[in-house]
Amino acid sequence: MVGITSYGAYVPLFRLDRKVVGGRGEKAICGFDEDSITMAVAAARDCLNGIDREAVEGLYFATTTPPYAEKLGAPIVAMGANLRRDIFATDFANSLRAGTSALKLALDTVKAGSAKKVLVAAADCRLGIPRSAFEQNCGDGACALLIGDTDAAVTVEASYSISDEIVDIWRPEGEKFVRYWEERFTATMGYLSVVREAVSGLMKKNNYKPSDFSKVVLYAPTDRRCAELARSLGFDAKTQLQNPLFDVMGNTGTAFPLMLLVAALEEAKAGDRILLASYGNGSDAFVFQVNKQIEKIRDRRGMKGHLASKKVITDYMRYLRWRGLLPMEPGVKTVEFYSAVAAWRERDQNLRLQGTRCQACGTVQFPPQRICTKCHAKDQMEPYYLSDKKGKIATYVGDHITPMPEMPTITAEVDFEGGGRMECYTTDTMLEQLAIGSVVEMTFRKMRVEDGVHIYFWKSTLPRT
Amino acid sequence: MESIAGKVAIVGMGCTKFGELWDKSFYDLIIDACYEAFEDAGLESKDIQAAWYGSRETGYTGTWLAGALKLEYIPVTRVENFCAGGQDVLRNACYGVASGVYDIALACGVEKCKDHNIGMSFLITNPFDRSMTEWALPPASQFGQYAIPYFRHYGLSDEEGRRILAKIAVKNHHNGTLNPKAHFQREITVEDVLNAPIISWPLGLYDACGVSDGCAAAIVTTPEIAKSLRKDYMLVKAQQIAVGGNQLKLQSGRDFHHIQENEEAAKKAYQEAGITNPRKEIDLAEVHDCFTITELLIYEGLGFSAPGKGPEDVEAGTFTLAGELPVNPDGGLKCFGHPISASGLRMTYEIYKQLQDKAGPRQVKNARIGLTHSLGGNLGQHICAISIFSMPD
Repeated sequence: MVGITSYGAYVPLFRLDRKVVGGRGEKAICGFDEDSITMAVAAARDCLNGIDREAVEGLYFATTTPPYAEKLGAPIVAMGANLRRDIFATDFANSLRAGTSALKLALDTVKAGSAKKVLVAAADCRLGIPRSAFEQNCGDGACALLIGDTDAAVTVEASYSISDEIVDIWRPEGEKFVRYWEERFTATMGYLSVVREAVSGLMKKNNYKPSDFSKVVLYAPTDRRCAELARSLGFDAKTQLQNPLFDVMGNTGTAFPLMLLVAALEEAKAGDRILLASYGNGSDAFVFQVNKQIEKIRDRRGMKGHLASKKVITDYMRYLRWRGLLPMEPGVKTVEFYSAVAAWRERDQNLRLQGTRCQACGTVQFPPQRICTKCHAKDQMEPYYLSDKKGKIATYVGDHITPMPEMPTITAEVDFEGGGRMECYTTDTMLEQLAIGSVVEMTFRKMRVEDGVHIYFWKSTLPRT
Repeated sequence: MESIAGKVAIVGMGCTKFGELWDKSFYDLIIDACYEAFEDAGLESKDIQAAWYGSRETGYTGTWLAGALKLEYIPVTRVENFCAGGQDVLRNACYGVASGVYDIALACGVEKCKDHNIGMSFLITNPFDRSMTEWALPPASQFGQYAIPYFRHYGLSDEEGRRILAKIAVKNHHNGTLNPKAHFQREITVEDVLNAPIISWPLGLYDACGVSDGCAAAIVTTPEIAKSLRKDYMLVKAQQIAVGGNQLKLQSGRDFHHIQENEEAAKKAYQEAGITNPRKEIDLAEVHDCFTITELLIYEGLGFSAPGKGPEDVEAGTFTLAGELPVNPDGGLKCFGHPISASGLRMTYEIYKQLQDKAGPRQVKNARIGLTHSLGGNLGQHICAISIFSMPD
């Protein structure tokens, strides 16, 4: 049967204490070197933990905050997750509903037999005007679901969609901040009205009653409107409604309904029936059935693992710096220029973290080499991937010179288990946390933007869990 | 393979003051240093048959040198080898003479670092990286990678380690106060060093050399011609370079508490010069103290201190002007800054003056054999140049 065969999620390490912006609780904020693509890679890798990457035949990447207006993000996510080239990979953009739309199409793709396994990755890092209610409310995060035709842990019983034209929430081309009409209008004629229409349409068409559902997962503009919607549909907000996690994460845009679904699945057991509804110029509603295969997907970091691992920020300026909302002094120029040709030539080493292993002597080396550093054999190399390997720090420094949004910039030499050494930045980490021998894992991040090109690479970091 | 020992002599040298020379163009510096060398040798620019020009940031080809000195259609080649460039430009001139093709050659290295905003002009990514995934690692964050592993390996706490490094900075600053050509000519204390702002943990501002303009030049000839010009010419006994092939960054498990390139170059240089006990036989040395940690590892890499014993020697004052083996008697990179392709020649200038007994208040007694050491490039891909000089017997 077709359905969800694995899930993963990613909540960034950092949380902004909402006291700083006049609210309660914490909101998840991605680091200065993260964006929708890097978070999608993180969620995808969590989802694909222990799963053969070669088996994935499609990737649907959903976001309202893509790095490019024209240029696909999906191929970048696919390389970060080390998927094959001969897959159908595309972006779903523009809407808070893009995540569930991608999910719906992934289910249809697999059901139609066009692919055996499709990965859905949704991520968002929406920006609110400093000190606005929107800024208080939104958070950053990502989710990934693997849709397959065998051993699905979560199958679809029914789905129903409404397409709705309304100018309630929108972000014009080239602008940083989301705009919105007044909440009384957007909540009543947008969110409440449309999701109610989708869910009641779904329930009527398939003869469901509210008590049929163990869990109801709803996209939520706020805690209050979410509970209001649930009650108006006849659900018990206390026992059935999935906690929308505003006090620990915030509204994560198009990833939100899927992240809340993963949170629900982490607590679900065989026999549970789950309702999911998104919102964004319409609504996608689904009814899911959980079976005992769910017990096989317990070893993900998911929502629980990532939410538990956190660093709380109370310095608002630091957050503004990370978002590029505070001008910074330019640093010393590097002598090199960006070359799209070199980037293309090096895409496997840069995005898949592919090194080489010498077939003559077994020495692993990164970046890929033609002449072995140890035995000098020429052209006897096989590809060797380092992204999933853990490593130990052989040395490190904390640079106070190069202006970066976060200082000091830590650079380390990492020795990988199984061989191989790499010099890299160590991110999300304070100098005091490190020592020679510290264990690190690799994470996909953004190095810089040059000539409008977003340059991605890997950094080391202390393990999240 | 043959040795260069005894085949080449330095017969004249010049060196400008090093510093923030805002009002001096590179033409000015080249003329000042080269004409001091001509006068010192009793020669003129028309006597030069071939020239080598060292520069990393101040000009691309030999035409820069030809234009400054108005050289008339002789061969002039630019040499560039990062921080070893100053020694490499001299090496090229020496090999030109040793080959028997040229009788008199000129080596000149110059940089106008301070013409660039922030002085370094730009950082070299490692390796030359056009997909721009790599980081611009400032030198302090490259060489700084040797520090914590050294401390841990030899049982020093960060505090103890930083104190040893501070003493090296203090020593060099003291030597600089005795040198009118140095950029920095003031005393500092260990506390000054420890309290200075951190630039890349564990290195602070005073663990690093400054950024400066400067130029130095040497006139190289055969020992026969040198003899006809002066009694106190300087003989080249060894010139060796060892270049790393990125072994350190490609091979897991290699350690960061020693610098392999130093040891490889030293081994070859001592063999070429016939030196078996460097600590005893070398009378003074000018080494590449881009950072204090570098100088500490250099003591051990050159065999001046046994592995791990560098700190003891620092405490004992072994490498001070009054010590057993003065290192950086002129104040080093610490006080001269590091005009990249000039430093190797500035070091040679100090050895030259010391061996001629002309170092004034810095004079090392009985200076007969001197060594210069330069170390450039990123970790794993260092260029280590070592030269050894002596007076004629």
